[in-house]
Amino acid sequence: MTDEAARQMTGAEIVVKALKDQGVEVVFGYPGGAVLPIYDEIFRQNQITHVLVRHEQGAAHMAEGYARSTGRPGVVLVTSGPGATNAVTGMADALMDSIPIVVLTGQVPTFMIGNDAFQEADTVGITRPCTKHNWLVKETDRLADTLHRAFHVATHGRPGPVLVDIPKDVQFASGAYVGPQEANTRTYAPQTRGDAAAIEAAVELIEAAERPILYTGGGVINSGPAASRLLRELAGATGFPLTSTLMGLGAYPASGRSWLGMLGMHGTYEANMAMHGADLMVCIGARFDDRITGRIDAFSPGSAKVHIDIDPSSINKNVAVDVPIIGDVAEVLSELLARWKERGGKTRADAVGAWWKQIDTWRAVDCLRYERSETSIKPQHALQRLEALTRGMDRYVTTEVGQHQMWAAQFLGFEEPNRWMTSGGLGTMGYGVPASIGVQMAHPESLVINVAGEASFMMTMQEMATAVQYKLPVKQFILNNERLGMVRQWQELLHGGRYSHSYSEALPDFVKLAEAFGAKGIKVEDPADLDETIQEMLDHDGPVIVDCLVERHENCFPMIPSGKAHNEMLLGEASTAQAIEADGAVLV
Amino acid sequence: MNALSLKPGSNRKSAYNLRPTLSQEEERHTLSVLVDNEPGVLARVIGLFSGRGYNIESLTVAETDHSAHLSRITIVTTGTPQVIDQIRAQLMRMVTTHDVHDLTEEGLHVERELALVKVASTGDHRVEALRMAELMGARVVDVTLESFIFELAEDTDQIDAFVELMRPIGLVEVTRTGVAAMSRGAKGLSRP
Repeated sequence: MTDEAARQMTGAEIVVKALKDQGVEVVFGYPGGAVLPIYDEIFRQNQITHVLVRHEQGAAHMAEGYARSTGRPGVVLVTSGPGATNAVTGMADALMDSIPIVVLTGQVPTFMIGNDAFQEADTVGITRPCTKHNWLVKETDRLADTLHRAFHVATHGRPGPVLVDIPKDVQFASGAYVGPQEANTRTYAPQTRGDAAAIEAAVELIEAAERPILYTGGGVINSGPAASRLLRELAGATGFPLTSTLMGLGAYPASGRSWLGMLGMHGTYEANMAMHGADLMVCIGARFDDRITGRIDAFSPGSAKVHIDIDPSSINKNVAVDVPIIGDVAEVLSELLARWKERGGKTRADAVGAWWKQIDTWRAVDCLRYERSETSIKPQHALQRLEALTRGMDRYVTTEVGQHQMWAAQFLGFEEPNRWMTSGGLGTMGYGVPASIGVQMAHPESLVINVAGEASFMMTMQEMATAVQYKLPVKQFILNNERLGMVRQWQELLHGGRYSHSYSEALPDFVKLAEAFGAKGIKVEDPADLDETIQEMLDHDGPVIVDCLVERHENCFPMIPSGKAHNEMLLGEASTAQAIEADGAVLV
Repeated sequence: MNALSLKPGSNRKSAYNLRPTLSQEEERHTLSVLVDNEPGVLARVIGLFSGRGYNIESLTVAETDHSAHLSRITIVTTGTPQVIDQIRAQLMRMVTTHDVHDLTEEGLHVERELALVKVASTGDHRVEALRMAELMGARVVDVTLESFIFELAEDTDQIDAFVELMRPIGLVEVTRTGVAAMSRGAKGLSRP
């Protein structure tokens, strides 16, 4: 057989070969009419593991969890029409949080496209605004090249979701295979090296700063382990205080000397006050999201702002910055550190020392304090106990969206990057259950906990069947307040306590539910039983659902109300009266 | 609580009233965008503008380099300087984009659009229409006993002026291509 003949194969074979050549080990998917040829090829091989999900949204979130916890792209395989539309939420989520996933969708045969065929949808049209890029492949000869490009685009520059739509006749037909090295990936090459003059300007600002702060985000984690290492070096060498967005937790260790805790709407008092009072802000791989800035015209009014980001469109989008540095976090930090050391590694140590004293007075406010209770489990207390009983373990945490997510960010400590998976930008309830499964697939021996609310959990709970089928011992830790907690909190603060549809009148018995799935269920409502329950969850070798009934009316503090600035935080129940004005109430 | 006694911003603008410190003056910019001529590329550009709430005053597109499968899109847009910056950055980060040039920012450039203008009139008005067309450099491309179609390749203002001149003397309809633009001098857009 000649080389040329060896490279001829069917479209379905090309898909599986391309995935193997890209080093893909796991595919999350769901079969259907338009992807049957690819499923047939998957059946004939053992190298790639296929995880059968229970809903295509779950496949996308599992791929996100896999990607976020490994740094490698997650892969999704679903059918045309409803298969593709069900995965849309996961793609939108991955786009907002810059998570590299590659979604392969089946499509009706090319000659039927546009005829309203069975299970036809304009997949590339529907997903164009919620992918970084997408392709409809109409010729088998173009398939391999497109697949390799898809992986390249998903993982280079600012990572994100990509989609390749493959009509069924393209899967059946024969075409030439090309390997990853031969594919045309040259045309997409985002800038990764920072501009030397901008780096020099940043170094000068670092040398002169009296009240500096490092504001870091998910970009540090996306950049890879080297970025986190360099960030730690920078914070250590300069002694500058450091805060992080929700997405960036773990890039700098929670036990580190510079750590102020998370910033933003439910960030710590010390982090937000330091942001507000700083004279130099170095933003590293974050994007000045509205959850971070609060009222934009009162956001850190006195600071010179340096912004390191690989995406030029993030620069000056929400906040005008003084020194933009476009590039990969690791490359820029490496050059910045080198340049700073060459110039003598100077800081205004005295002034920074005084700044730390000021920060310590803010820290003394103890903004995360809450009223303890002997009779009901406080959600904060439940998370503190979870933290205490799992600290130091090989642990990954996912969350759903809402109060429990913010409390998890506040009360769990992350020492390493890629250990914290949460839906930040899109705020997707239902993210956590499948994400935890994706993480566990990547790290079968590790402890994977999904901190959930009962309402979010119910959005994707069918994936418990996936966990049971693949023997994935994910721990679903549900803080059950029988409420949509964050909605309830906003209704209390903004809508006169009119709790419009923010509670569930018919919740399932989660213990029975767990058992129905073939998992273990444990219910706990007495604070005295909490430790024992958590230990029982950890000790069980298999998936567990913990139904932790918590205080129903607990609010999440501290909080920057909508339309307010960082120095106008609410610290607890006493501070909430009339806190939000009418013009703040229109914001989300 | 305000430990630093820093004065919060004086107005009550919220997080959604962005860029209060920058110029709020709207500017008109002409952008040239070099993109791969592949299916959906125009939908991407238009989706970007509608999804992010940017204005399109005019948009033209055609393949300009057949061998390299490159199309050149000319977009006329309006926005504050920060929005124009965002538009450039958002266009540039599209995977299909090779290059974005803000011709307005980069200096002198030529803008032209083609208009076809149908005028139906008799007597003095008919003579006047023909006379003014000649003055404005319009060409007659169709003629009947009651009507003319004029062709005019000019910048946007000139075409607006011509249409206004024809309005009282029998204007029937107008079709315009939108703006095509190019920088003056020897330099061209960069090629991949």
